[in-house]
Formats: sequence, C-alpha cells, structure tokens
Amino acid sequence: MAPRAAARLELLGFTDVSHYKAGKLDWMAAGLPTEGENAARPRAGTVARKDVPVCSLTDRVGDVRDRARAARWDAAVAVDPNRIVLGLLRAGELAKDADMLIEQAMRPGPSTFRPYVPIKEMADYMTGHKLESSPVTTSDGKLVGLLLKSDAVKEAEGCPDCVRKMI
Amino acid sequence: MAKLIDRGQLQDLVARGAQLVEVLSAKEYEEDHLPGARSIPLPDINRESAASLDPHRPVIVYCWDSA
Repeated sequence: MAPRAAARLELLGFTDVSHYKAGKLDWMAAGLPTEGENAARPRAGTVARKDVPVCSLTDRVGDVRDRARAARWDAAVAVDPNRIVLGLLRAGELAKDADMLIEQAMRPGPSTFRPYVPIKEMADYMTGHKLESSPVTTSDGKLVGLLLKSDAVKEAEGCPDCVRKMI
Repeated sequence: MAKLIDRGQLQDLVARGAQLVEVLSAKEYEEDHLPGARSIPLPDINRESAASLDPHRPVIVYCWDSA
C-alpha cells in the first residue's frame, strides 16, 4: 500500500519521498509512543514492570536471588549486554542451588510478547496458559519489562474493550 | 523511486522536518498513528489532498507493515 502511495506522491511532483517499509507495526513493536484513540489504553508494554531484576548467564543463582529479594521480586530476566532476553527465572528457578550458573538454572527462550498487545488480550492469554509472568520485548528482542498476570488481569478489568482489532 | 528507510532514519528525518503520512484507512489512523503523522488514505491521495503537504520538505509514507 505505502509503495503505491509513494509512487502517487512522486507523480504529483514530490521529489523527496521515503517509505518506512516496516511500518506502524515495527514502530509499536519497538514500544514507541503513538497518538490516537488507543494510545492511552493499557497495553503489555505500559503495564509491564520495568524494574524487574536482570542478570547475565554467568551470574550465580544465589546472588541473583538475593538481589531479587532485596528488590521484593521473586523473578528475574536473563539478558545479554544489549538487554536481549535469553531466559526467565521465576520463583522455582531462583530456588535452585545458590552456586548454579544462571545459564543452567533459567528457563531458556521464554515466550515473549510485544509492547502493543492490548492488556485484555494479555490477561486472557496468561490466564488460559497459566503464565504468572511473561517478558515483554521489542521486535528485536530487547527487554521492555516483565508483565505479571496479576497486573494484566487487574488492568483488563478496568478496560474490558482493550482487545486488538484485526486489521 | 521512493527511498526505503528504517525506524532510525525515520526519526532522524522527522527531527529534521520531514512530514509523516499514514496511508491506511482513517479509522486505523484514528486508533493509532505515529506521533505527528497526518492521515491521507491511499485511495484519497490526489492533487487536492497532497496540497496539504509542503512540497519543499521530505515526505515519509507508511502503512501497517511492509505490505
């Protein structure tokens, strides 16, 4: 659609036309702000907790557990130096042997969700799949935050029409 | 032929005064659009609607994805 629009504008005399090929989906998947009716509605990226503890693959479970507990968390996200999500540690993983490496203890490759997913959709999915928490990432895998099911359900109750419209 | 740009290039161009145009339907634009974008749905692009754009500034068009 956009290439045809660009061609049309060029035929109308515009000499400097660019096409943002990845489009609105890419913009929203990066967690960037939008304007419009849906902009103020809660989505995965706005409800996800940004203060979730992060750790690296070479950290020890005991150290990460102590840091998480000190911050009143029972979860942590394993990331690389660019904050790309590598694994998830919920309470069960954080309860493992203190000397174990995070790489061995974590749940590798957890399901992640994009920031633009409406919160009602997230609440329904997490309830249906019994997910207590899920990382929210940008389209290139960078951590935005950890979405807790309890937060998603609570926000969804206040926004029953927060569902994605199929385009 | 229009230049293909990515998100970073878009942000740079907009910072330097480029005009953003969403070519999806008006309804889709009303729901969500990039900050500062204006709506000119593809079927409505013509000499009259294009007159709302400054021909001396870059124009960036986008839709939902790469389609």
